[in-house]
Amino acid sequence: MSKNLTRRQALALPAGIALGSLVGHPARAADPVKIGLVAALSGQSAKSGEGITRGLTIAIDEINAKGGVLGGRMLELVRRDDESNPAKGQTAARELIDKEGAAILFGGIDSPVSLAIVPVVNAAQVPFMGVWAAATNITRNNANPNYVFRVSAVDVLVDRALIKHAMTAFGTKTPGLMLVNNGWGESNLAGLTAAAEAAGIKLAGAEKFEDKDVDMTPQLQRLREAGADTVILVGNAAPGAQVVKTLQKSAWTVPVVSHWGISGGRFPELAGSWAGKVHFVQTYSFFGPQNEVGKRVLAALMAKYPDIKGPGDVTPPVGVANAYDAMQLTALALAKAGSTEGPKLREGLLGIESYQGLIKNYTKPFTDANHDALNENDYVMVRYNGDQIEPITG
Amino acid sequence: MLATALVSGLSLGSIYGLIALGFTLTYAVSGTVNFAQGSSVMLGAVVCHALVVGMHWPIAAAVPAALLVCAIWGLVVERIAVRPFVARGTNSWLMATVALGIVLDNVVMTLFGKEPRALPSALADDPWVVGNVGIFPLQVLIPAVGLGLALLVHLGMHRTELGLKLRAAVENPDAARLMSIDVTLLIALTYAVAALLAGIGGILIAPLYNVAYDMGTLFGIKAFAVAILGGLTNPWGVVIAGLAYGLVEACATTWLGSSSTQIVTFTAVIAALALAPSGLFGGRARVRV
Repeated sequence: MSKNLTRRQALALPAGIALGSLVGHPARAADPVKIGLVAALSGQSAKSGEGITRGLTIAIDEINAKGGVLGGRMLELVRRDDESNPAKGQTAARELIDKEGAAILFGGIDSPVSLAIVPVVNAAQVPFMGVWAAATNITRNNANPNYVFRVSAVDVLVDRALIKHAMTAFGTKTPGLMLVNNGWGESNLAGLTAAAEAAGIKLAGAEKFEDKDVDMTPQLQRLREAGADTVILVGNAAPGAQVVKTLQKSAWTVPVVSHWGISGGRFPELAGSWAGKVHFVQTYSFFGPQNEVGKRVLAALMAKYPDIKGPGDVTPPVGVANAYDAMQLTALALAKAGSTEGPKLREGLLGIESYQGLIKNYTKPFTDANHDALNENDYVMVRYNGDQIEPITG
Repeated sequence: MLATALVSGLSLGSIYGLIALGFTLTYAVSGTVNFAQGSSVMLGAVVCHALVVGMHWPIAAAVPAALLVCAIWGLVVERIAVRPFVARGTNSWLMATVALGIVLDNVVMTLFGKEPRALPSALADDPWVVGNVGIFPLQVLIPAVGLGLALLVHLGMHRTELGLKLRAAVENPDAARLMSIDVTLLIALTYAVAALLAGIGGILIAPLYNVAYDMGTLFGIKAFAVAILGGLTNPWGVVIAGLAYGLVEACATTWLGSSSTQIVTFTAVIAALALAPSGLFGGRARVRV
């Protein structure tokens, strides 16, 4: 037999291979179910991506150890770094859906990135699970059907909690706002203004800052002269640290109550000796008495990650806890859906009845009207003690 | 509010002036500039951080070592990205220096990581406070160092033999060569000094800001604007332009908000250059007929 290919054969061979790869094949029992993650794995918020990864990994390990999902298929985490950049996040989301065939995407810390992904997942009919970014309109995005779910805080509710904590802990009457100049800052400007109005107090002012601002003195000085008795901070670790450093430089010992963005990076290192003065919100603390799930997750974290020697080393706890519960809820939804197809998985999420999780005992976590599994009763106020995050007591 | 803006603006402005001084030096001697000057800022800060935080060197040893690295980097830039192109009579050194800066930024990103880090300093922990205005001792040190180095550059150029050679090389490179002055070596030297000045800027700003692989980009752009504004050939003009730029920036943020800062400052730069095309303190080019 001749070993030489005819011209026709030479053309047909690669075309056949290409066609074969396009047609694909039905999922086999051995095929893993891919779980996509688009989050900041580098840059100033890299710790948030690491926390989310750890929470997802512990949950996936547990689920796989029990035999996986859908009759023995293992879960496989596929991560992409969005570098806190909405365009990169959107590209990564498309790639995870189209190329990797991810059954569901998990999101990261940055609201602008999640907001950029929302139209992509709604168009592709693939569920998206937010586990950190809190902008109100991520889940409340007016899409029908809406494929976006969240096990995390919601700005509009966090803002109420921040104002309430400031008034309770510091007797705040005229808070001043320091907000990052992006969609997340805008979301909180609306939420905090409404929350202050509802609480019967008046804002001293609202100032914006850029992520790369070197000096926050002008903005803080304006708030100081406007009579701010508390600073409410909405920003990520690096600019948040600049705010605290500037307060320290001005020797302005005003209380600072912060959204949780600061816990996504090396805030204690960057902010220096005043880092511990900031009170901020989380959804979970590994300190204090734990339920059975808490004990199990903490033990698994300590066994898997050598740098975790106790509850204080689980940083940021919000990323770990939200991701863990969200992954467990997703596994329940997969079981209910009996499929990895987006529309069925969406129905599966909406059909979950109850789940005893890490953060709380979830009852009907998602409904048609509410795609947010957590609310203001699930928040806890904390602060840094060195590198560790501790709940505020008393 | 004005006092706060003044303190904040002068401190940042002197950093811009310090970095811009490097542009002036190389332009005066060779008619070229290092567009990777921002990367030299970053290199000084990153190396200092690696030695102090990573290897626990005392700051007194880490600073000279970091500056030595910056000076060597300046020599590398001149040798790789400037000299070959100038020898061929092209302006491709413009792009080559930009490209080399991007290469350095990315190498540092790989080695140092993408996360911003802190460089702790006792001079940026306990502020001096007068009324509502607070200032870290480092913020007083920065303008002092900036003006001191400008003075040193001035004296070096006008009171030393090396300075005499440099000025001879500026005035007439061919005649200088005939007088056995190694003009090529002098140009390389100015590139080293320029990178060293930028490194000093990076080390000084690091405790007030953060250390990151991309920290030099904005500083480099602003410093170039300052250098043009001051008149590329006038060291004192550049330092004064740096202070003015810092003040305009701080005042714009104070009264108009930080989203207006870049709009106001760069519009001011364009307006100033429209009024004085050679820069505020730059001399008109003399044309001999």
